[in-house]
Amino acid sequence: MIEAHRLTKRYGEKTAVDGLDFTVRPGTVTGFLGPNGAGKSTTMRMIVGLDAPTSGSVRVNGRRYAEHRAPLQEVGALLEAKSIHPGRSAFNHLMALAHTHGIPRSRVEEVIGLTGLQSVAGKRAGAFSLGMGQRLGIAAALLGDPATVMLDEPVNGLDPEGVLWIRNLLTGLAEEGRTVFVSSHLMSEVALVADHLIVVGRGRLLADTTVQDLVRQAGGDAVHVATADPARLREVLAGPGVEITGRAGAEELLVTGLTAREIGLKAAEHSIALFELSTRTVSLEEAFMDLTRDAVEYHGTTTGTTGTPTTTGIETSRSAA
Amino acid sequence: MSTIAPSQTPAPAAERPARPAYRVTGARVLRAEWAKMWSLRSTWITLGLGLLFLIAFGLIAAYQFKSRITSGRHMDRDFADATALSLSLFGTNFAQLALGVLGVLVAAGEYSTGMIRSTLAAVPRRLPVLWSKAAVFGAVALVVGTAGVFVAFLADSGIVASTRAAMTLSDAGVVRSLLGAGLYLGLVGVTGVALGALLRSVAGGISVLVASLMLVPGLVSLLPSSWQDHISPYLPSHAGEAMFALHHDTTTLSPTAGLLVFLLWTAAALAGAAVRLVRTDA
Repeated sequence: MIEAHRLTKRYGEKTAVDGLDFTVRPGTVTGFLGPNGAGKSTTMRMIVGLDAPTSGSVRVNGRRYAEHRAPLQEVGALLEAKSIHPGRSAFNHLMALAHTHGIPRSRVEEVIGLTGLQSVAGKRAGAFSLGMGQRLGIAAALLGDPATVMLDEPVNGLDPEGVLWIRNLLTGLAEEGRTVFVSSHLMSEVALVADHLIVVGRGRLLADTTVQDLVRQAGGDAVHVATADPARLREVLAGPGVEITGRAGAEELLVTGLTAREIGLKAAEHSIALFELSTRTVSLEEAFMDLTRDAVEYHGTTTGTTGTPTTTGIETSRSAA
Repeated sequence: MSTIAPSQTPAPAAERPARPAYRVTGARVLRAEWAKMWSLRSTWITLGLGLLFLIAFGLIAAYQFKSRITSGRHMDRDFADATALSLSLFGTNFAQLALGVLGVLVAAGEYSTGMIRSTLAAVPRRLPVLWSKAAVFGAVALVVGTAGVFVAFLADSGIVASTRAAMTLSDAGVVRSLLGAGLYLGLVGVTGVALGALLRSVAGGISVLVASLMLVPGLVSLLPSSWQDHISPYLPSHAGEAMFALHHDTTTLSPTAGLLVFLLWTAAALAGAAVRLVRTDA
């Protein structure tokens, strides 16, 4: 369980994280999404106390991370891939971390086995490939058998096999009842494993939602219809929860709230000819882009009100995004 | 009776087997820092170099002295006043560099590699890491330094036994000087750790270390001599030398005063490092 309350981090003039409020619950995989530079890594660093919040707070399992007696047992974190000394072997790296908590050697060997590092455990970690380095980082994160597992961009630079391994690992950890928090800037990646989504842009919370709701909000599952008599079709389809859009006089309509099957049947019932009937699913990627683009423009206009013409404001913010 | 089995309320999520009670303690952090230090090759190489400097330079100095005295060649004043003790401490200047640099590496190396993130995630209270690093490396530098100067002295006293520089461990002040030199080298190691943690940069830490031990005394000698007398004895390097010098005059501190002044310098560096560690994001 991770609870952020008005979490804010400023670096001089720049606000990296801006009043974030969210809760990450146990038993599910929560995706932490946002474009590069949205403040995801900074937020994660604040969760494990590497960065101190400028204001606000973040608690892990009810307390600040540093207040726990055995922090590695509360949160296992994979931050940047290279949080190691390249001259130390993988085994010695893990053993040194284990010593701080009194974690036995058998557990070190267990996580080495779990991450498939047996054959390279004695080698210098500096010589590891990106994938091996990522596995070592995950081994360190799992070392304390933590209740919360937090991974920053875990599949970056991994081959398909590695990506699949991480995916299974994450769902497995959540099934065991742990809190799993995974950041990514790629929606498609997160959608495969996450049930819950926290979306940020420019340090602000844009959405705290589920994957299904996000798609629905973005106008997913609309049906595209082309007909000879759009006016009459509108009348026929009208009803509670049904929304129909289309330019006046145009043959095409966009219908939400009804399935393509229902529309086809109603049209046939009233003998309205249809030329085209197709379900248009909004991809998660599009939904995500819409969400973050809005945030960028919102900030752009805010900048605009401070004296510069609005258009300039938008352009600046786009280039910054 | 309904034939349908009564729907069972879902059992509360099966409790995972009781988790082991891990806990971070000061002794464990110390143990971790000990393991970290010895699991790097650079530690072995640099400590070996430090020991080599102490013994080899001590031996070379003694052989030089002996060959000049037997051949009757002219000796400059430093050599003319030499004793077995001063000859055996010839290598401390070089060994302090090796040990100080390794101290910087122990602390700043974590920042340059990114290891510090793992370290502080495991010990988020942070300060135990600094104390442990300083204690572990200080103790190791003390042991290596003390062993080195004793070996050098025993060898040198054998080499120059028949000359006017002859001295044995039983001579007044010799053991105190040798222990002082070992302690000095240990404290230089601690200072290195502190500078590394304070500056978070290997290059920066080494620069400040070398400057304060070797360059500043030279710069101070450019000051008017009335100022020099007030400043010079309190410089880290001169206070340190007072810890292991056999004879003391009005321009130098007593061994105890030298130790206290050098301890203050070390404590100041450690305090600076502690403040930075706690206040600044890692």
